[in-house]
Amino acid sequence: MAHVTYIEFNGTPHTVDVADGVSLMEGALQNGVPGIDGDCGGNAACATCHVYVADGWMGKIGERSESEEAMLDLADGLQENSRLACQIFASDGLEGLVVSMPESQH
Amino acid sequence: MASKHTLSREEQPQRWPLPPRRRPDLADFSRASLIAYLQTAPLDEVDISDPMYWETDTNSIYFKRLRDEAPVHFTTHNSDRHRGFWSVTRWADIMAVDTNHNVYSSDAHLGGITLFDMDQDFIMPMFIAMDPPKHDVQRKAVNPIVSGPNLASFEGLIRERTREVLDGLPRGEAFDWVDRVSIELTSRMLATLFDFPQEHRRKLTYWSDVSTSDAEIPGNPQKEERQAILMGMLQEFTLLWNQRVNEPPKGDLVSMLAHNPATRDMPPMEFMGNLVLLIVGGNDTTRNSTTGGVYEFSKNPGEWAKLRANPALVESAVSEIIRYQTPLAHMRRTALEDTILGGQRIRKGDKVVMWYSSGNRDERAIENPDAFIIDRPRARQHMSFGFGIHRCVGNRLAELQLKILWEEILARFESIEVLEEPERVPSAFVKGYKSMMVRLPA
Repeated sequence: MAHVTYIEFNGTPHTVDVADGVSLMEGALQNGVPGIDGDCGGNAACATCHVYVADGWMGKIGERSESEEAMLDLADGLQENSRLACQIFASDGLEGLVVSMPESQH
Repeated sequence: MASKHTLSREEQPQRWPLPPRRRPDLADFSRASLIAYLQTAPLDEVDISDPMYWETDTNSIYFKRLRDEAPVHFTTHNSDRHRGFWSVTRWADIMAVDTNHNVYSSDAHLGGITLFDMDQDFIMPMFIAMDPPKHDVQRKAVNPIVSGPNLASFEGLIRERTREVLDGLPRGEAFDWVDRVSIELTSRMLATLFDFPQEHRRKLTYWSDVSTSDAEIPGNPQKEERQAILMGMLQEFTLLWNQRVNEPPKGDLVSMLAHNPATRDMPPMEFMGNLVLLIVGGNDTTRNSTTGGVYEFSKNPGEWAKLRANPALVESAVSEIIRYQTPLAHMRRTALEDTILGGQRIRKGDKVVMWYSSGNRDERAIENPDAFIIDRPRARQHMSFGFGIHRCVGNRLAELQLKILWEEILARFESIEVLEEPERVPSAFVKGYKSMMVRLPA
């Protein structure tokens, strides 16, 4: 399990527990965190769970897959620390992870 | 007897006119007859691309059977017309195809993105019918106009127009919702996006209808006539292009295409193709969800009461309307290599049709999928916008238009009475309405 903090575009933080093996997209939806839609249900197929990963965490959450890369490439506001939350899975090693949301999901 | 694979162009060059379509031996092709037929017909005897199954809104009976009995199924019946195609009908299999653009191509030169091949004598390249990398750079050229921050700037205008159109509707008398509301609102929006003269906005609707129309349906333009009409469209837009290319860049689609390095040197047919894409994408789809919502609420008064009691449900209601309508019934791909899908052997060159209209009713993915329920917990999880790199670029604009429409309807009308069954579009691609007579309370 990990405590994950999601920061809305307007700066509002939401810290929730995400169980081991559950994606950060699911964690947001299950806990009613606004700003993440997850339209495709977790297949890296829509880019509506786009998040920016806080400094220092990129090396701990695995790599983008080819399909995630393809979707992020077409997303608004792509940055080096952009990830799809449905492709990041909680574990003890991610305790304290912080991600922030773009202005809107598209 | 055709093989269980798509016939190649060498085996079957594109012909025009198409050979006659074989239909089942029924006393008539009424809705009742077709329902009875589809419930028991051998799966291999049905050609679901036949427009009559769409005009009568009977196709879903066949798709339910395919999902249960043959979820990846090949149609040979009438293959002298369509060369044969795979139907993919379950949510998970559709997702697998839609997200695998390396194997499943959208290329116009292989036939493109609809069940019936793009007219190979009149290929209109457009980014939806391209593969990476060219697809990506062209899509990015138009993406900013429909991104979140830009949409906010449209909201006031959309609301003002929606109010104007709704306030102008007659009370206590019958009128056609499609013409007075659905077409009116989408054509105004589209004219704004292109900065096309508003007084000629219905031309956009006309070009959209022509580009998706089935040339076989009586009254629709035939092949050469269709080409001529679309050339006329190109001419009008070329005038706009020439004007915009000599002006500083601004926020409309023509200016964006004329100034972006990825699109500014497009050959004329490619300009035409992308125009068709943006016109159809912004027109047919929202238009038919605009009508479909009114229809579904009329069939489900309990859901209408729910929305009136709790207008905060409007966002999930909009998603449910879009799921339930599925304004584009399918997208098609062409296999670039041999592969396996749902246990079936797909061969290089095969046409693979993803039936979104079926995936959206797949019991394996959506609970109680045949019911129209505006407060589904995860209403956004539908496949009407497609998935993967070709996912609808204008989805947020569509949702915004529909959200505003329903907010303004709620503020005005306690009910919208649908007076008779709507007249549906005879097409296995555009799932929509030609007309729907309604009446507002006096």
